[in-house]
Amino acid sequence: MLRLIVRRLAVGLLVALTVMTLAFMLTRLSGDLAISIAGPSATQADVEIVRKAYGLDRPLTIQFFDWVGRALIGDFGQSYFFKDSVANLIAKRMPITLTLGLVGLSLALIVSIPLGILAAVRENTWIDRAVTMLTMVGQAIPSFWLALILMIVLGLHLGILPISGTGTWQHFVMPGIVLAFTAIPALTRLTRSGMIEAMASDYIRTARAKGLSRARIIFKHALRNAAIPVVSIAAVQLGFMLGGSIVIETVFALHGVGYLGWESIAKNDFPVVQAVVLVLAAIYIGLTLLADILNALLDPRLRTG
Amino acid sequence: MSAPVVVAAAPALRVGKAGFAIGIAIVGVIALAALFGNALIPQDPFVQDLGKRLIPPFWMEGSRPEHLLGTDQLGRDYLARLVYGARISLLIGIMTVITSGLIGITLGVLGGFFGGRIDDVVLFAITTRLSIPVVLVALAVVGLMGSGLGLVVATLGLLLWDRFAVVARATTQQVRNLDYVNAAWCAGASTPHILIKEILPNIASHLAVVATLEMALAILLEAALSFLGLGVPPPLPSWGLMIAEGKDYMFFSAWVIMIPGVALAVLVLGINLVGDGLRNLLGTERLR
Amino acid sequence: MSALLEIEDLQVTFGGTAAVRGASLRVEKGETHCLVGESGCGKSVTALAVMSLLARGGHRSAKRMSFAGTDLLSLSDRAMARIRGNRMSMIFQEPMTSLNPAFTVGSQMAEVLTRHKGASRGDALERAVALMGRVGITAPEMRLGQFPHQLSGGLRQRVMIAMALMCDPELLVADEPTTALDVTVQAQILRLLATLKRELGLSILLITHDLGIVARVADRVSVMYAGEVVERAPTAALFRAPQHPYTRGLLSCVPAPGRVRRDKPLGSIPGVVPTISPGFAGCAFRSRCAHADSTCEHEIPRRVAGAAHDYLCRLAPTLAEPLPA
Repeated sequence: MLRLIVRRLAVGLLVALTVMTLAFMLTRLSGDLAISIAGPSATQADVEIVRKAYGLDRPLTIQFFDWVGRALIGDFGQSYFFKDSVANLIAKRMPITLTLGLVGLSLALIVSIPLGILAAVRENTWIDRAVTMLTMVGQAIPSFWLALILMIVLGLHLGILPISGTGTWQHFVMPGIVLAFTAIPALTRLTRSGMIEAMASDYIRTARAKGLSRARIIFKHALRNAAIPVVSIAAVQLGFMLGGSIVIETVFALHGVGYLGWESIAKNDFPVVQAVVLVLAAIYIGLTLLADILNALLDPRLRTG
Repeated sequence: MSAPVVVAAAPALRVGKAGFAIGIAIVGVIALAALFGNALIPQDPFVQDLGKRLIPPFWMEGSRPEHLLGTDQLGRDYLARLVYGARISLLIGIMTVITSGLIGITLGVLGGFFGGRIDDVVLFAITTRLSIPVVLVALAVVGLMGSGLGLVVATLGLLLWDRFAVVARATTQQVRNLDYVNAAWCAGASTPHILIKEILPNIASHLAVVATLEMALAILLEAALSFLGLGVPPPLPSWGLMIAEGKDYMFFSAWVIMIPGVALAVLVLGINLVGDGLRNLLGTERLR
Repeated sequence: MSALLEIEDLQVTFGGTAAVRGASLRVEKGETHCLVGESGCGKSVTALAVMSLLARGGHRSAKRMSFAGTDLLSLSDRAMARIRGNRMSMIFQEPMTSLNPAFTVGSQMAEVLTRHKGASRGDALERAVALMGRVGITAPEMRLGQFPHQLSGGLRQRVMIAMALMCDPELLVADEPTTALDVTVQAQILRLLATLKRELGLSILLITHDLGIVARVADRVSVMYAGEVVERAPTAALFRAPQHPYTRGLLSCVPAPGRVRRDKPLGSIPGVVPTISPGFAGCAFRSRCAHADSTCEHEIPRRVAGAAHDYLCRLAPTLAEPLPA
């Protein structure tokens, strides 16, 4: 298994490098960066000063390798608009995004796993169809719209939760619910299909032949096998959630990494944009590796075989 | 040796024929509205009338008969804008799917068919694409290069090809080893011929299902981008943009954001129902 | 003396189609009873119906189905679960997939004993080791901590057998236990079952399609065709004097050394197994039978051909064929 981890780390590194290249190219898309930074009212002389000051007069490849080299040791440069190093900015915002992600994932799992089991055990009954319908409707609702609805209902009419900002744990409830919402349909379907497959398997027939109780068969024998793909997919879902948190953070004014990305796009703060893309990609790569490891740990066939 | 005595009963459709029919009905109605709606509705979606701002829709007090769904904060007829927005959503959905489909299917088929180094490259590309935070990058592209319908389509098309690639690759791998492909080889068929005539028709059903899912996803993504102000530029009435514009008034006139939101949800639900129904109809298996 | 397991006129349907259309058999205490027939005749379904392990959508009904005097048909799911694995055990055809890949062999075996007899985990594991040794598994203590994928097919089947015996059942239902195994392993498993039967006084209901196995281990045989038991007899009587045309056909298909002639084609039964639609009456074999006539389209009588030997046919019993010289 060690070889597996090393190999995946190597691939992950390559992917990270590719993403770095893409992120670098991304910020150079708008053409001359110096002009964007200097602003629309700048003169040619101003632009040249800016160009020299930010090192934008060097050849593109030099700029790239300089950035990559520094990024690898954690130095993402200075933000153009926030008076801080990019690394600091991200580090300060990261805990919020991570908290949001974990809250969202936990809520999602708490809802989807029981729902999926219920639908599987009552396969093809009205309960199953109701759960399927719920997941379909859930997948169709735009997350930002749900956020607004929750704000109106829970924030305004019922007044039980704050609608923006950070500070207390209550600030994470609505965003967490919306984030969970994006993952629940997929996780529920996965749990359901995994349980159906497990329950139809030969070893469950053996468990029934042994006279074990129904609860034990479902929650010990079947779930243990059905949960393996769910756990690893959950790790990947967390990666998607963290990457997609920008919308929810912006709506709820949560000052996380996603919101930072949004602000820096609006302000053309390129070093920050590059770094945020890279950091989010790196987290995703790490989570997929974690998913593989979890898979191997949970499935005895992968451990020793 | 001998045929079993018991004849197996046909398995029940999951979404059900009813679901599939509902999905087609929804998408059909919205498509018709998108095509002909604005020709039938007298009001112009772009004409402002600041004296008639935020008139509520017909089910609320204070509504006016000439504005069935009321007006928005600039006095523009809401129904006309909603119908026009359907056109935008569907257009973006279809164009994005065509673009991402071309990219993803090409990559997937090549990787699945040739295997080896080519497949390694394809897998690497897919992994890289999956690591990229899509919404952030899409926002960055539009933010840096300016918004516009074409740009949004191009960006989403260049970002949303991963599922096409994964499914095309997996199905191609399965089909590649089947007998009729080998028979074509033996008959001296060229590679492009095999790819187009033998492989593609047999993976088409799986890809059709993916196309519906991706279309729904593209529509939701565009709505999110427009909501954040970096999607379809105003005054084009993208549903996402309408929600954003209504955000400032939503505490007093909730219908301003309710209507386009429901429209989005209904359209996406309809497309997903069609996709699931297709999957059952064509008997395709869920690919992980 | 009443039999250990008594089934009378069992019917099993899935949806609208009937898999078993009237199966009757008796398993006496201490005997090995073989239920034999080709694939699709309903023999596995019969076994599953007895154990109440039918798949979703399966319905069973019978005039009688009792185990050691207890009426199985009237038992609740809970009550039936207390009998399964405890007084009545079952082993299946596919050892490769019949064990849970996520748990160790030891834990899977122990949980049967803890469930039914309330034994402690330690005691249960001890018994597991003892039984594994009994069924011929080497290094049983090591096996406790192993996972199923680490064992070969033959070993897994032995584990299944040991697991089935954990609570000292009175009846073991074995559904084609050797079909998926190599021929040499097959012989070992059969020998093992015979030994266990002798040492433990176990009664065995053995499902198989292989007449060779029947000849080897069975005390009594029930032959099944198209969802019905068409002939029941002690093994020797069945091979010596088969009465039902299907049984005769089956036996003639098996080339016997010394009897088969090189210039004659091998025996076979013409035609195919018919699909039985609802409302079918009469003998299911009539389309392939040389002796069929119009009475075969109506109810078939059950005839007796000797001690504990009966069959479903209009033909009168015939004497045993002369043994080869």
